[in-house]
Formats: sequence, structure tokens, C-alpha cells
Amino acid sequence: MSCKIGYFGEFGGRFVPETLFAPLLELEEAYREVASDEGFQKELKELLKSFVGRPTPLFYAESLSQMAGCRVYLKREDLCHTGSHKINNTLGQVLLTKRLDKRRVIAETGAGQHGVATATAAALLGLECEVYMGEEDMRRQAINVVRMELLGARVIPVISGSRTLKDAINEALRDWVANVDTTHYVIGSVVGPHPFPTMVRDFQRVIGDEAKEQLLKVEGRLPTHCIACVGGGSNAMGLFTAFRDDPCRFIGVEAKGAETLSGNGEIGVLHGFKSYFLQDEWGQITPTDAIAAGLDYPGVGPEHAFFKETLRCTYRHVSPKEAVEAFRTLAKAEGIIPALESAHAVAGLLAERWNEQDLVLVCLSGRGDKDLSEIIEKGVLQ
Amino acid sequence: MKGITERLRELTQRGRCAVIPYITAGYPDWDTTKALLQRLPEAGADIVELGIPFSDPMADGPVIQRASEEALKKGINLEIILKGLQELTTKPSLVAMGYYNPILRYGIERFVERAVSAGIGGLIVPDLPPEEGEELIEAANRHGVATIFLIAPTTPRERIPVIAEATTGFIYLVSLKGVTGSDVGSLKPILERVDEIRSLTSLPVCVGFGISTPEQAKIISRHAQGVIIGSAVIKRLEEKGIEGAVRFIEEISEAVV
Repeated sequence: MSCKIGYFGEFGGRFVPETLFAPLLELEEAYREVASDEGFQKELKELLKSFVGRPTPLFYAESLSQMAGCRVYLKREDLCHTGSHKINNTLGQVLLTKRLDKRRVIAETGAGQHGVATATAAALLGLECEVYMGEEDMRRQAINVVRMELLGARVIPVISGSRTLKDAINEALRDWVANVDTTHYVIGSVVGPHPFPTMVRDFQRVIGDEAKEQLLKVEGRLPTHCIACVGGGSNAMGLFTAFRDDPCRFIGVEAKGAETLSGNGEIGVLHGFKSYFLQDEWGQITPTDAIAAGLDYPGVGPEHAFFKETLRCTYRHVSPKEAVEAFRTLAKAEGIIPALESAHAVAGLLAERWNEQDLVLVCLSGRGDKDLSEIIEKGVLQ
Repeated sequence: MKGITERLRELTQRGRCAVIPYITAGYPDWDTTKALLQRLPEAGADIVELGIPFSDPMADGPVIQRASEEALKKGINLEIILKGLQELTTKPSLVAMGYYNPILRYGIERFVERAVSAGIGGLIVPDLPPEEGEELIEAANRHGVATIFLIAPTTPRERIPVIAEATTGFIYLVSLKGVTGSDVGSLKPILERVDEIRSLTSLPVCVGFGISTPEQAKIISRHAQGVIIGSAVIKRLEEKGIEGAVRFIEEISEAVV
């Protein structure tokens, strides 16, 4: 690996306007301190236990195992408080914000999961919170907007560019540039300038750490495969990190319409980091069209780009039809309604050919309640 | 063509602060850009900063965002810009402002080479700090085009020499914490900052972001070697067309010392 700071191979870095450069160094320093600070880690651990409900269960999915032809375990991040893994990261970053002596947090959100998780952590820890959300997403995810407002956050509609997640990140970055003295930007995935990809991964690695211990206890062996959906890639990195030095294969499942690593992505720089991005021949970022808002991002975290280059992880994508089928299958066969994002991971599982001896760990990153109105509107269940 | 630094030095010797309007290439169309490149120098622009539109301009405020979006919608791209510039028989001293991704995609070496033959004398890449800019700096130095890095209000004093070291054109002092076209507020800290930078480097210092009136330009011109005006120019262009933008630069030019 390159010894350049904040890089995974050739990916990552700090491609930011000068205004953010010194604050990022400060953030890196503060993060390094809390990473080894017992008091901080203890406080976070306690919150993850009593407030989030960790450890989340590891569930042996019997019917799904039969369908797939191997043993399948689901890591139930959908049972986290607020309904997805996003809260693991936001609690960490909001606690860090307090250490930085800043009183305001901002966040971007697509479907609203990360926005709700940030608003929740800010409410709990007494910070001011504003969330940038594409105008169109606000309409589609009206209930999440209400949730954020109930939690005391202000939701700011984004009307620039394509009015989606990528533009919400642009707006949050612009806000941060203007208010960096008082404000911390809680990025929701393993993207953005260094130290964000590392920091978010570290806050999410609890997923894999727990799952490893739980699986070893019931099965007495490591998984042969780990599967997770990949938009920016935080739940995947959270699951994979614990197993990265084990003989365990990783599969990252992207959504058709936003297939950055398994499709047409090219190396580029956006939102402060170097990675693969969907772009045209002139380097303009192209719009995405994933069925799950949380996967609707034209880039991917730099460590995933590194995993692709080094063949550590295989990336594939599934169609909206496969994702919706997996969504229905899991509901009917296991009694779990997954987030559409997580349904992509299940679809990825069902699309592979397995051996009986395979032991597969799937990250069920979130629950599906938030998707029901969208699914009714699109009529995709018919 | 003379280098950007020499051009600024020459102006400074004559006791003049450079007037540097920013325009977005291809906004509202390439013909307008071409016309402005002819007319702005006559109106008193000493250098023109030409913006290369990008889909995700994270350092820009709403005015320049809109202009970039509009230009992209009409199909502008780096090839059209470089080719168009090359075809111009007379053109002002030019610096290009562009985000890193379109340059990376075009190829750094190829971009710098073409930029030089298109008459571009300096490069501003707002999302590329010197620490990430090794390749571009190397290519720019080799082809004799000036590098222009930014100093922000949050830049610590000890970092100023690092930025100056990477810069060969001029220091672009960002006047405010925020995006282009924001309200600049009090000018006093900016003037102090200009003096601080000038005490640490011999490079010319030009001030931009949020400068929108002849009065502000006048005050800044007493300390800085150049004043950059972007969003305010685009606004005039939006509201009153080419004539409006030209008149505005005339006013600025008369105001500065």
C-alpha cells in the first residue's frame, strides 16, 4: 500500500478547497486521539449497547439457506435503533463533534436513513442539526422528513444539480466551507476526504467484529463468504473489515443504474476523494438511477476501489427486478422486510451458485418500512 | 506571450492593481464568451479568469453553479474551449479555473500542453491542494504555465510558505469562509491577511470570492496586486448581457488604484 496519507493504494486523498484543508488535519488529529481514548470508546460502546441495542442478532436464515443451497446467516443491522446501521457511525461522529467543541452538525441524506440517524444522535447529545436532502427525495421519503423534524433537525431542500444525494453532498460541503469553525460535517458513508473513509469504516466495523464472534460461537468456523450491498459502501466495509485478513471471500452488490465498480465507473475525483465514478468522456458526473435511494450514488468509497484493484472483493450488480424479488422472498420466507438497499445483498446471494459447505454471512443493513410508500407508488410488487 | 507573474509585476510597477474578471466558458454560449474575451480587456480587465464548467462545482455559490449548469446543458466541453481559444487571434492574458476531475479525465499532460498552446498562462484548480497536486505542478512547470494556489481564511500562517512554494503565478487569497459570491463582510481582516502573505512571499497576491462592488475593489487594490470578480460579473451578464458586464468592469477598472 502507498505510504501517502489517507490513501488506499492510489485511492482516497484530500481533494478539497483550501478552506477545508486545515480543519481536516484537525479532524484527523482529533480522531486519532479518540480512537485510542478509553473514555471515548467506553462512552460510545455504552451508547451502542443501551441506546442502539447492540449487539444486533446474528440470524440463521433456514428457508433462505435452502433456496441458496448453503448455510446463510443474516447480520441484523435492521434491528438497530432508527432502523439501519447508519446510527453506528453517527453516534461516533457526533460524540467526536463534542470533543471538537463544535455545537452544530450537518449531514446529507438520500433516502433519509443517515439523516434520521444523525438527527437522532444530535438530539441525544444536544447538538444543533441540519440535514441536506434532494427536493425529490424529500417528496418520496416524506415520513423520514417528519422523523428528522420531530428529532429537532432542520431539513434543507436541495434544488441544485440533479437534486439527489450527490447534490446534497455538494450542498453540505458548501455549508461546511462556510461554517467550519462551529460545524462538523457527519458524512454518512466511507466516502469524502481523509479521514472520513477510515473513520466511518472504523465506526462501522462493529458489524463485522460482532458477527465474527457470534458466528464462531454457533458454527465454530469463519464464513467462507461475506455479502453486502454497496452504494458508498459503509455497511459493506463495516462487515468486511473484521475478516479482511481471513481466507474469506467478499462480494459487494451494487444496484443496476449505479454500478460504479461492476459497470462503467472510471477513475476520477469527486467530493474530496479519488475513486471510481460514473462520468462521461469529459469528466462530468452522470446521473444515477438505482431503485434504492441509499445506493443511488455515482461513486464508491476509496477502500472499495482498492479492494477491486487488488481483487480482494468481487463487485457485481443486480437489477431492480432481482432486488424486489429478494425483498418479497425475505419477507415471505423469513418474516423480515428488508430495506431495498439490503434486498440487493440478498439478491446477490440468490444470484450466486453455492456449495453445500459454504457458510455465507449477509449484512442486512436496514429495515424496509421506509420503502413501502415508494414501492406502492412504483407498483413494483405487481 | 508573457507569463502571468511578469504581467502582474509590470502592473504593480506602474502602480496598478490588476482587474481580473471571471467568466464561465460557454455561458450563456460560446459566442458570448468569445465576445467577452475581446471586450473585457478594452474595458480594463488586465487578466481574464476563464471557468471550465463542471457538474459538481463544490466551491461555487448559486450564481456560478447556474452558469456552469447552463453552459454544460448547451454542450460545452474542454475540447470546444481549448480549440475555441486557439482560434482566437487576439486574446487577453488568461488563467483557467477548473475542477480537477475534467482535467484528470482529459489527461493532465495533454491538458497542460493544450492549455499552453491555447494561450492559457495560469491554472487554478480549486479542489486540488498542493499536497495532491504533484503531477499537475510538475507538468505545469515543465510546460511553462503558472500554477495558482489558494489561501483561505482558515489557512494557518505556517502553511502559507507551503502553498507559496507550489505556486508560480500568484497567490489567490480567498476573502471569506464560504463559496463564491457570498457576502464578504468587513474588508479589514482581508487587507491584514494580504499584508501578512506579502511579508512571507514575494509572489503577487490577488483577492477573490465575494468582491462585488467598485468600492470594495478600490479598498482591496490598495493592498493587493489583483482583484478577482466572479459572481458579480456573471450576475451582470445574466441581467444585462455583454454590455452590462463590460460596463461593470469599466466601473471596477476606474475604481482601482
